[in-house]
Amino acid sequence: MTGVSAEAVVIGASAGAVEALSVILPSLPADYRLPVFVVVHVPPDVKSILAELFQAKCKIEVREAEDKEPIKGGTAYFAPADYHLLVETDKSLSLSNDEAVLYSRPSVDVLFESAADVYGPGLVAVVLTGANQDGARGLRAVADAGGRAIAQEPEGAYASAMPKAAIAKCPHARVLSLQEIAVYLQDVEKV
Amino acid sequence: MPEKIEDIEIQLLLEALYQRYHYDFRNYAQASVKRRLKQAREQMGFSSFSAIQESLLHDPAMLGRLLGYLTVQVSEMFRDPSYFRAIREKVVPHLRTYPSVKVWIAGCSSGEELYSFVILFREEGLEQRTLFYATDINQDALAKAETGIYDLDRIQLFTENHRKSGGKSSLSDYYSAAYGKASFDKSLRKRVVFSDHSLVTDAVFAEMHLVSCRNVLIYFDPVLQDRALGLFKDSLARRGFLGLGAKESLRFSDHAGSFTDCVREEKIYQKLAE
Repeated sequence: MTGVSAEAVVIGASAGAVEALSVILPSLPADYRLPVFVVVHVPPDVKSILAELFQAKCKIEVREAEDKEPIKGGTAYFAPADYHLLVETDKSLSLSNDEAVLYSRPSVDVLFESAADVYGPGLVAVVLTGANQDGARGLRAVADAGGRAIAQEPEGAYASAMPKAAIAKCPHARVLSLQEIAVYLQDVEKV
Repeated sequence: MPEKIEDIEIQLLLEALYQRYHYDFRNYAQASVKRRLKQAREQMGFSSFSAIQESLLHDPAMLGRLLGYLTVQVSEMFRDPSYFRAIREKVVPHLRTYPSVKVWIAGCSSGEELYSFVILFREEGLEQRTLFYATDINQDALAKAETGIYDLDRIQLFTENHRKSGGKSSLSDYYSAAYGKASFDKSLRKRVVFSDHSLVTDAVFAEMHLVSCRNVLIYFDPVLQDRALGLFKDSLARRGFLGLGAKESLRFSDHAGSFTDCVREEKIYQKLAE
């Protein structure tokens, strides 16, 4: 696995997401090479303000993903509320209205599985705080495709269920604190 | 990178589906198709996509089962209430000026959006002069739309959406509940034509004043999106309206120049008079 250069980062988070992402995303430098795709569980009827919120805090560009948008490095794309976010083979994004997975739309699993399919060993996947099981299956798919799998240290997480489930399903995942994840993501683009 | 075996199998399966039954998913957005086919493979107990292909070619009964996976759509009545509010406040006043109105619900699936429109038009006193066309490629979904029966546990959400959309009546006026189901009144279907129609392979069939096609285009690749949008453009009367899903837009399309924004934030467009 080592030596394969990283091509993209996927992050999934639920309860406590904003605080956790606030440690990670603002730490990425303006010339960051990789695209970052983020799924946060948000209620379907609320217009998501996550992208605006983080654009103000971050050096990289942050936006809500649009359907069929070509992927650019150094940009963080948030899944819109009430849609799944998927990565297409031609390195563009697509949205879907398919049924919720584990009561979640957007679903971390759906993003991770489609990104694992496209990027294989070039994918870095991070499961952060959350109170459900979403992301576990997806993280396993990333690891099975040869990608780098990371889970937030459950003890330090606002809600430990999601990283715990991910580690159970994917025992070889690196388990890191938020600060360590931030450093890892800065270093991995140079590999 | 050499093409993955699975991806070759999927291409061949979609080709078989097209050549044998003329259902064309070859230009659908691939990530979603793959996800759905994986579900089909898992739940129908096939060992590979090639095995599905063999069964599909020789057993016509497989067609319906596979389409069930490929076209499954979940919707709600009055989904995105602000969209229906905009239709009521910004589009209906224009439609009132016509002696007769045609509305096309393209990709109507199991009918939730169709009934939302019929109820809205009845509340606005437009139903009797309107003809609704509800089309989909999935026969099972169309049959479900035509029965108008939904699980009772979804009604609370539908009712809430209806209220938020500016509904002028009570949703309970339109259905009767029994055995855990809500059955919508058949009078709502009097002005509706249900029909099998594909945005991928079929043509224009009538001149419309309003086309609503929401959360269908996101499943298409850009080429197919453009074909469908061209079809809507050609179907619409001058100054006719086109409503898309919240995350769909004309922005990247060749047809953008034929439309103007009507309610930008709700993705409601109006065809130019030329």
